[in-house]
Amino acid sequence: MENKLYVSSSPHINNKESVKKIMWGVFFSLLPAGVWGVYAFGISALWVIIVAVLSAVITEGVLQKFSSKKISILDGSAALTGLLLAYNLPSGVPLWIPVAGSAFAIFIGKFVFGGLGKNIFNPALAGRAFLMASWPGYMTAFSKPFSTAQGVDVVTTATPLMLLKEKSVLGNINYLDLFIGNRGGCIGEVCIIALLLGVAFLFIKKYISWHIPLTFIATVGVFTFIFGKTGLFTGDWLLQILSGGLILGAFFMATDYVTSPLTYKGQIIFGFGCGCLTAIIRLWGGYPEGVCYAILIMNAVVPLIDRYTRSRIYGVGTVLK
Amino acid sequence: MKKLFKEFTKGITVENPTFGLVLGLCPTLAVSTSVVNAIGMGVAATFVLLGSNIIISLVRKLIPDQIRIPCFIVIIATFVTINELVMKAYFPALNASLGIFVPLIVVNCIVLGRAEAFACKKPVLDSIFDALGMGCGFTLALTIIAAIRESLGAGKFFGITLFNNYEPVTMMVLAPGALLTLGLLIAGVNYWHIKKNDLKEIKKLGCQKEGCENGCR
Repeated sequence: MENKLYVSSSPHINNKESVKKIMWGVFFSLLPAGVWGVYAFGISALWVIIVAVLSAVITEGVLQKFSSKKISILDGSAALTGLLLAYNLPSGVPLWIPVAGSAFAIFIGKFVFGGLGKNIFNPALAGRAFLMASWPGYMTAFSKPFSTAQGVDVVTTATPLMLLKEKSVLGNINYLDLFIGNRGGCIGEVCIIALLLGVAFLFIKKYISWHIPLTFIATVGVFTFIFGKTGLFTGDWLLQILSGGLILGAFFMATDYVTSPLTYKGQIIFGFGCGCLTAIIRLWGGYPEGVCYAILIMNAVVPLIDRYTRSRIYGVGTVLK
Repeated sequence: MKKLFKEFTKGITVENPTFGLVLGLCPTLAVSTSVVNAIGMGVAATFVLLGSNIIISLVRKLIPDQIRIPCFIVIIATFVTINELVMKAYFPALNASLGIFVPLIVVNCIVLGRAEAFACKKPVLDSIFDALGMGCGFTLALTIIAAIRESLGAGKFFGITLFNNYEPVTMMVLAPGALLTLGLLIAGVNYWHIKKNDLKEIKKLGCQKEGCENGCR
């Protein structure tokens, strides 16, 4: 990726950003959410994260070695894929699950398409979808936060979205709990406040723009508000936004440079599509959570969006009046 | 004789219906969940292919060119019906697990493709060897795919459990597993072909390229 020679017409702007710097930047911006995950779900969450990151990096290294490509495992993209995958797993999974998921994510999700920059689907989500299709039992056994601290065996619990789907009652979960992450769920998705801390860093560094995440989240909010359980315009939109993997998905996975549209107009279409699909899957689909599949489906449409939102080449074509 | 042998082997190697021509993918993807199904499907398709190739080759001078496709379909459908009835009578279990894909052999592209591309132009003996080669190639391809999918997706081979305590990769026996396995196998076969042709080319021309990565230096 990091070519030594850039050839383009002037004017030239020098910038110190590189793939490596951005990837590690996103990696570190994700860490606060992981810290909460380990704090809430116990040491097993830490092992899942470490194993996922290491196996992703090792898979990338081995594949690049065997295909006699330049080994670029330190550019952080594989580590980021592993980290995002781990954040999408429940904390209690056996440790071969993150290994299998990372290997699939790097090999099928990225490598067979030609490596970084050429993949169609977000590798981490491809890995998660693979694990979900193969071992759904492990992937839906969420442990209750802080249950290990009391010296008992891990207590499993349902996520708020699972409760909504199956019983349509929530029990005693309030918005504050959802906001700080005191609920069942995947390791990295539960603590909204820690995720937003990382998001603030990404915005300050201008690594992501508001177009995809904001349209994504707003669409889910509006959609779930309109189609509420008890009638039109009665939906609990705040709950829908704060639960599940929406914040993690919208800010960190839908905004992946490689698998999202190039233009702002395209990004808004992309975010809107992700939001609609997420809401449809959550409200009427077979799974309680739809962020992963929504992003994957929209990833497949990105080339089409890019084709129809191509900006006018300067000096070519007609000017709109 | 050498020519006939060539007609036979091309169906297995270069013009393999699954990996080379990429025909008949619907049954390939659908029934390759277990090796037994794959072999059953392969044998059934080979039988239909053989029968239709022989008959079409025999009557190729009688069929008017304008209505050849309906004629082919009628001949093929006859053999598919024979095949289905025999299967129902003697292998009811296999018939049940293959389900709709037994009558669907009638629209299998390999059968019609060979009728159109080969049997309606060539004499009977050639057509027989062509059908056998294509049939074997199809069966082989199906068996390879099914062996991978069954061993990974169910931890079994021919219905025999391979490993204890194995947590099967359920996805491999579902539709995505079929597409992934097929895609990777086609990629592998193509890579092998390119490698072989490249080496041939290099031997012919002599490698001139500085720092060439093909390992010919």
